[in-house]
Amino acid sequence: MFVAVASLTTLGLILGLLLGVAARRLAVEGNPLIEEIQAILPGSQCGQCGFPGCAGAAQALVAGEAPVTLCPPGGRDVVAALALKLGIEVDLSGIKDSGPQIAEVKEELCIGCTRCFKVCPTDAILGASKHIHSVFREACTACGKCVEACPTEAIAMRPVPVTLQSWYWDKPEERLAA
Amino acid sequence: MKLFSRFKPQGGVHPDGRKDLSADRPIRVLPMPERLFVSLQQHVGAPASPVVVVGEKVLKGQLIAASQGNISAPVHAPTSGHVAAIGDYLAPHPSGLPAPTITIEPDGEDCWAALDVPIDPYALEPEEIAKRVAAAGIVGLGGAAFPSAVKLNISRKTNVQTLIINGGECEPYLTCDDRIMRERAAAIVSGIRLIQRAVGCTEALVGIEDNKPEAIAAMREAAKGTDVKVMPVPAMYPMGWDKQMTRALVGKEVPAGGRSSDIGVLVHNVATAYAVHEAVALGRPLISRLVTVSGEAVKIACNLEVPLGTPAQALFDYCGGYAGVPARLVMGGPMMGHEMPNPYIPVVKGTSGVLALTHKEIGQPVPSPCIRCSTCVRACPVGLLPLEMAAHIRVGDLNTSVDFGLKDCIACGSCSYVCPAHIPLVHYFNFAKGELAAKERAKLKQEGTKKLAEARNERMEKIARAREEASRQRAAKKAAQEAAKKAAADAAAAAAPQQEATA
Repeated sequence: MFVAVASLTTLGLILGLLLGVAARRLAVEGNPLIEEIQAILPGSQCGQCGFPGCAGAAQALVAGEAPVTLCPPGGRDVVAALALKLGIEVDLSGIKDSGPQIAEVKEELCIGCTRCFKVCPTDAILGASKHIHSVFREACTACGKCVEACPTEAIAMRPVPVTLQSWYWDKPEERLAA
Repeated sequence: MKLFSRFKPQGGVHPDGRKDLSADRPIRVLPMPERLFVSLQQHVGAPASPVVVVGEKVLKGQLIAASQGNISAPVHAPTSGHVAAIGDYLAPHPSGLPAPTITIEPDGEDCWAALDVPIDPYALEPEEIAKRVAAAGIVGLGGAAFPSAVKLNISRKTNVQTLIINGGECEPYLTCDDRIMRERAAAIVSGIRLIQRAVGCTEALVGIEDNKPEAIAAMREAAKGTDVKVMPVPAMYPMGWDKQMTRALVGKEVPAGGRSSDIGVLVHNVATAYAVHEAVALGRPLISRLVTVSGEAVKIACNLEVPLGTPAQALFDYCGGYAGVPARLVMGGPMMGHEMPNPYIPVVKGTSGVLALTHKEIGQPVPSPCIRCSTCVRACPVGLLPLEMAAHIRVGDLNTSVDFGLKDCIACGSCSYVCPAHIPLVHYFNFAKGELAAKERAKLKQEGTKKLAEARNERMEKIARAREEASRQRAAKKAAQEAAKKAAADAAAAAAPQQEATA
């Protein structure tokens, strides 16, 4: 009886001590999941989700305060990646994905006010005061900030043009014989 | 023949060859068409960039577009004439999207530009041969259209020991490689010797399917006295797949995702060897190629030597036009080629054939559900499970299809060909490969834009800090000035009563 109580007490003390030390030595600052989630998000800090930038959105996602479908520029792929990471099941078919888009400057309307490239989070707009601005396709994330900033509505979002390099076959239609 | 008793081709199918339609007619030269539409994207890699302007006179063989970047190929004028236009034109691509094209109006004189012909081509340095092959715009003429000089340079650096010349031509209908071997064997052997010298390899094997006995005999005759060995291989589809050919000839398998050079092998097509001979020994750039015109819907099927940029319609016209209404026009072979949306698509370097097929030949049965009979598994030359891959792609699970080996699929079409349920298996795989590539591109772009966003944030913070610092400095300066002024005033005030006192 005494041996059993003593051994269990010692065991408990030693393990408790170990846990205590481990909790101190191996402590993790902040939630690592937030960083991982942030890596999935586009990182253009566009604010379309209603949170202050992608870091804020990541915090809200981890806290469960925001749905995984919050990121419009990310599209379906980001939703799928977020759901996988957070262990949430989502029905992807209901999500509107307009496909990859980019901003385009209508040159006849651009007055060269430079407002759009001042708000562009990825420096994707080139231009100078009183010169027509232009968008770098490769750098544009389609966040839409420039559309709001443009005083002459010279910027619009449009689908990324299909080229010989980016074209691929459509999914075969399922028309099975009865 | 001992070698072949050990070789068992993996998978593969035996489609009706239909090569008899065009195999026995000698090569004819197509008369110059009215206009040539020379595409600047006739190869894998970056499109060539034009070096001529509209209206400029060009000579046959003159450089009209230079290669751009490491993997690219230059383009030359197929005949003399003047540049009528530079702009987008129909491209030989299943999408039907246009490609940048230089349109040339021939002047009918067919006048060569000055050619740089070496005195002894076989004495050229290996680097020099590769340079000349690159300058001649030679790409893989078997259909892959990969710039040949890039392959030569990689092979020289990786010490390739065996050169395999692919005379498989396993696609049904196509006979252009067969004809070139029968009629121009000596030039092919010369090209093989030049490639050997460029790469520094000792062994050269020519693999020819045993359904082309005349080509085998002609090549053996031409190879006499050289160290080029001609080896018949069993006829089956896809024997002309470079890795299958390598397995058949040297008994080694290229690892998944690897290149032939990983096992010390370089594979070139017979027509490429011929083009190398033309370019290095005669100084002529790649401006024409042999094209098989065939199919039941063509009056006289034959092989034509065609200037690059000729619209397919000119080939059909020369062959007596259509016999009835063709149900489908195909560029390339019937297994791996693609449908032409209209007959004005120009011939490019990779065009091995143009086919006009009848309803009877194409057959468009309606697919029915997969019964998991696994006929496709036996047909797959790579050893994949097409039925499993297609099933996962169908429900949108692309990642699992990659685990099943989607990336190793060569889209040869054997599985679709044998499927008793007529499921368009290759179509599924092509779609999935494209979708995955698009995702990969999107991911790369996202990584790039993320870096840009971070750089911008950093810059903005720096500017804000600099501003703050500047305003603080200004404030400090102002305070110091005011303090100095106050001190001066105090001093003056202190001095004044003293002065009064002394006064």
